[in-house]
Amino acid sequence: MTKTLEIIQGVLAGNPRSIARAITHIENNTADASRIVASIYSHTGKANIVGITGAGGAGKSTLIEKIIREYRRRNKTVGVVAVDPTSPFTGGAFLGDRIRMQELTMDQGVFIRSMASRNYLGGIAKATKDAVKVLDASGKDIILVETVGAGQSEVEIIKVAHTVVVVHAPGLGDEIQAIKAGMMEIADVFVVNKGDRENANKTIMDIQTIMQMDNKEKGWKAPVLRTVALTGEGISELVEKLEEHRRFLEGNDEQRMASLRAKVEMELAEAIKEKTTSRIVEELKKEGEFEELLRRILRKEIDPSSAADKLLQEKLRK
Amino acid sequence: MQNVRKIRVLIAKPGLDSHDRGAKVVARALRDAGMEVIYTGLRQTPEQIAETALQEDVDVIGLSILSGAHKTLFPRIMELLKKRGLTDVMVFAGGIIPEEDVPQLKKLGVKEVFGPGTTTEAIIKYVFDNLPERT
Repeated sequence: MTKTLEIIQGVLAGNPRSIARAITHIENNTADASRIVASIYSHTGKANIVGITGAGGAGKSTLIEKIIREYRRRNKTVGVVAVDPTSPFTGGAFLGDRIRMQELTMDQGVFIRSMASRNYLGGIAKATKDAVKVLDASGKDIILVETVGAGQSEVEIIKVAHTVVVVHAPGLGDEIQAIKAGMMEIADVFVVNKGDRENANKTIMDIQTIMQMDNKEKGWKAPVLRTVALTGEGISELVEKLEEHRRFLEGNDEQRMASLRAKVEMELAEAIKEKTTSRIVEELKKEGEFEELLRRILRKEIDPSSAADKLLQEKLRK
Repeated sequence: MQNVRKIRVLIAKPGLDSHDRGAKVVARALRDAGMEVIYTGLRQTPEQIAETALQEDVDVIGLSILSGAHKTLFPRIMELLKKRGLTDVMVFAGGIIPEEDVPQLKKLGVKEVFGPGTTTEAIIKYVFDNLPERT
């Protein structure tokens, strides 16, 4: 039996070592990665995927630790993908989300994986989507995805998660600005963490006020919840809301199928784009003209965009 | 298909001492050398270290210990790694470990022991030079 086959069967049997190996293959974009994803894909679609996003320092990791515990109390198994940023200068990363969740490491119903963003934009890593598929196929009931500390444009999480939680905390600065742009549209549930701070009420009210201006007809109004992740206050109410949102999606088949279709379509389009781009660039590099144009760009005789036009025109004529 | 293997390292502090400056300096140096460093904080049990290494699928584990309990904790960690089939992970150690204990630790499978005064450059070089093969 080949190693890859062993990994695939292990993932489907819920073996943690195989899950870990599969995710590494996906992260490193090995030849085996596509085989693994292809083989497990038909086993995905059962898990409830929850994205946790929000500014750095809002308490996402601590909150997740408490959410895991609450789900475990409800006899659900949990997979976690926690994303931290890669340094664009060195390519290295310090992955520290696990510090807050480390007590759960020995729980066999929990699998936690730290992931570096590897310079993928949008608050997650390129491998996050497929890593979630691995956890899904392995039989985890709930998958939590923690994004990098996110600001206004890190909204890729909506392509991965069924339910998106936007976490805020009082006193993080000009928070309402950040919520207005981008973050507001993606939230299914708002959490104001560190809710025992004195200005927490104001933060909650500010968010509620903005939410009232949001009159999109979605049939679901994002609630604003107060939590204190350190003490566990408000966590069971939060998980209850997550479950409520899951039931809402399940009860609305038309919308669920439409949103699933949109997600899959986007994923297919992205895959086509990526594969064609790398193939075309590879082809073009083989020919002498690529080098020639590169030199001409360096001499400022032509700009990169016009050079691309020139290369592609000739290529597409063939 | 472009294969972009990244070196993943777990920096862990087994035992009860609470001095993590050294561990953090090493973690940071390895990060700056382009590695992905998972740091799990203080007071990790051997079980937690082995299980974390498994879930995170690391290539390298760096153990930092200053409590003097290495002769109790390291055999346990190495045994638990073996039990999980993580025999291809390279383990190195640092902190306060007496010279005379080093041969015993190496016999257990700890590849190298770095004492006080070791430069981070030396550790980085060691990791790059002794990176285990992946099949």
